[in-house]
Amino acid sequence: MSTALLHTGTHEKKAVLSKKKLLPYWLLAPGIIWLVIFFLVPIYQLISTSTQTQGYGIGTYVQTYRFANFIDAITSSKAQLIRSFEYAFLATLFALIISYPLAYAVAFKSGRWKNTLLVLIVAPFFCSFLLRTVAWEQILGEQGLVIKVLRFAHILGAQDHLTATPFAVVAGLTYNFLPFMTLPLYASLERIDIRMMEASGDLYANALTTFRKVTVPLSMPGVVAGTLLTFIPAAGDYINAELLGNPGTKMIGNVIEARYLEIVDYPGAAALSLILMVTILILVMAYVKRAGTEELV
Amino acid sequence: MAIEISRRNLIKAAGGLGAASLLGLSNEEIAQAASTKNAVRFANWSLYLDYDNKTKSYPTLVDFTKKTGIPVNYMEVVDDNDTFTAKVTPQLRLKKDIGYDIVVLTEWMAARWINGKYVAKFDDTKIPNKKNVLPFLLNRPLDPGRHYSLPWAGVIAGFAWSNQKNPKGIHTMEQLFAPANKGKIEVLSEMRDTIGLIMLWQGVDITKPFSGDKFMNAIDFLQKMIHDGYIRQVKGQSYQEDLISGDAVAVIGWSGDINQLNAQNSNRFGFAIPESGGTFSTDNMMIPALSPNKVNAEAVINYYYDPMVAARVANYINYICPVAGAQQAMEKVNPAQVSNKLIFPDDAMWKNLKVFRDLSQAEQISFSTEFQKASGNA
Repeated sequence: MSTALLHTGTHEKKAVLSKKKLLPYWLLAPGIIWLVIFFLVPIYQLISTSTQTQGYGIGTYVQTYRFANFIDAITSSKAQLIRSFEYAFLATLFALIISYPLAYAVAFKSGRWKNTLLVLIVAPFFCSFLLRTVAWEQILGEQGLVIKVLRFAHILGAQDHLTATPFAVVAGLTYNFLPFMTLPLYASLERIDIRMMEASGDLYANALTTFRKVTVPLSMPGVVAGTLLTFIPAAGDYINAELLGNPGTKMIGNVIEARYLEIVDYPGAAALSLILMVTILILVMAYVKRAGTEELV
Repeated sequence: MAIEISRRNLIKAAGGLGAASLLGLSNEEIAQAASTKNAVRFANWSLYLDYDNKTKSYPTLVDFTKKTGIPVNYMEVVDDNDTFTAKVTPQLRLKKDIGYDIVVLTEWMAARWINGKYVAKFDDTKIPNKKNVLPFLLNRPLDPGRHYSLPWAGVIAGFAWSNQKNPKGIHTMEQLFAPANKGKIEVLSEMRDTIGLIMLWQGVDITKPFSGDKFMNAIDFLQKMIHDGYIRQVKGQSYQEDLISGDAVAVIGWSGDINQLNAQNSNRFGFAIPESGGTFSTDNMMIPALSPNKVNAEAVINYYYDPMVAARVANYINYICPVAGAQQAMEKVNPAQVSNKLIFPDDAMWKNLKVFRDLSQAEQISFSTEFQKASGNA
């Protein structure tokens, strides 16, 4: 009888154990199902499309495992691919230069205005990305104040223009992704213990040295997160180049859009999308490896 | 407006007729609600139907619904032939309802839909007004006899300019690319119009077979003008906003747009067909093959070939009217428009308008790729 009891006891234990073991998977299930449906399946479809070739009729494709699609895509769109990373790099750099003092001021110098300033930084998100970019068309356009001031100051001639230039595209990218840079920077700056800076001063470091040796290293997680959050979407963006650029400033996103919707070349578009994803992945991995992610939040 | 109608109908349909009468709706409105599920979903280009700013409605459509009891959900969702088609192609292939009962697409794209068997054959007995379609438009190569498509309007591509910067107007390609316009010129992203005008200027007959070399000559010219900084952007109908703001001062554009712009902007702009020839094409109404509302859609189509209705639309949109008798009807609608050649072209004008020839599938892909390349998109 005692053995029987023992048996049932271990069975129950086993059942409880396996239930406990399964629990994490149940908790993960919604996320995993979501990722399978909306990430893995599309990625598979993208990879599969990228090696197809034109079938009978526009917009129909057959699987031929033509890996040369990738070479064709790179050779025909090299210029836009390189330009995308150039513009994304410039936009990230400018966003960092603008954001760092801004985040620093909000974190250390804003006093009771802190919350107001934070709301102001996030405020642009209340308006659609597209509308904000269209607004930039007007800000930099012929009827805008900027061009009038620059013409008055003879920095620009009557024939010069600001819209439909690389400047406008980079400026638009910088503006649109600025909050993605500012917020992580603010988060990591705000967390710095003010006593570290005081200690630095006690050890005879001047303000600049303190900034260089204490503040900047401690804010690095914010810098890394901010640059990633800016660079990645900026490299794939096509709205800014479409609305603020000219035919010579088109980015890889524009090429992918045209290949999908205008030329109806799905394999070419899929190949370019994959190339873009893989290139960004490689760049980001190299960057993160150098910069480190231990403190990345 | 479109949302308003559908939302109102939705509420009525959900509430049932009893609820409708409780709400104090007229018999007419109840009748309309009864046929709600048959609302015709009409996809068209922007600024392509008479619109009343005060009542925020489309007067001819309102009259149609009053007369027939058939509600119409009018949507300005077509902004580019390629983009619109690319978006609905998956459903078309799967033989599913694409959510529209009437679509309006340009001739070359309409041909692709007809060849792909994506559209339904008209029941001619339901469209008796078909007899009013201008005879030469009844036998276009895309659809001889017009069993699958009927012309909504004729479109001319030519030069448009701001009077302030080009007081003498623009009548030749040289005037378009005058140094004074440098950096403020825009051309259409519709390949057949932009390249068509350039080829006509280069002396190529675009209505007859031409070689790929001839096409590439035009591409080279376009590319040079872009590279040298003359052309600011290659874009669709949004060139209008740039003309208004002054960011563009000379463009390749569409005839009717400029008339509408002038009506809203105190005649600041001009339009002319190039001396070397303009391109002509039609936008065509078609019923997608799997439309559940074919009969009602045919009623809408039939209605717009009534000369009086056609004149009202043409008076507003200013594009070539495809309906015989509309010119006479225009006397009553707006006498000032009767002699508007951009709505009712005379013989001399027709002679200067050319239709871009049909392209084979291989040509379509390679030409379109070259055009996108020149525009920086590939």
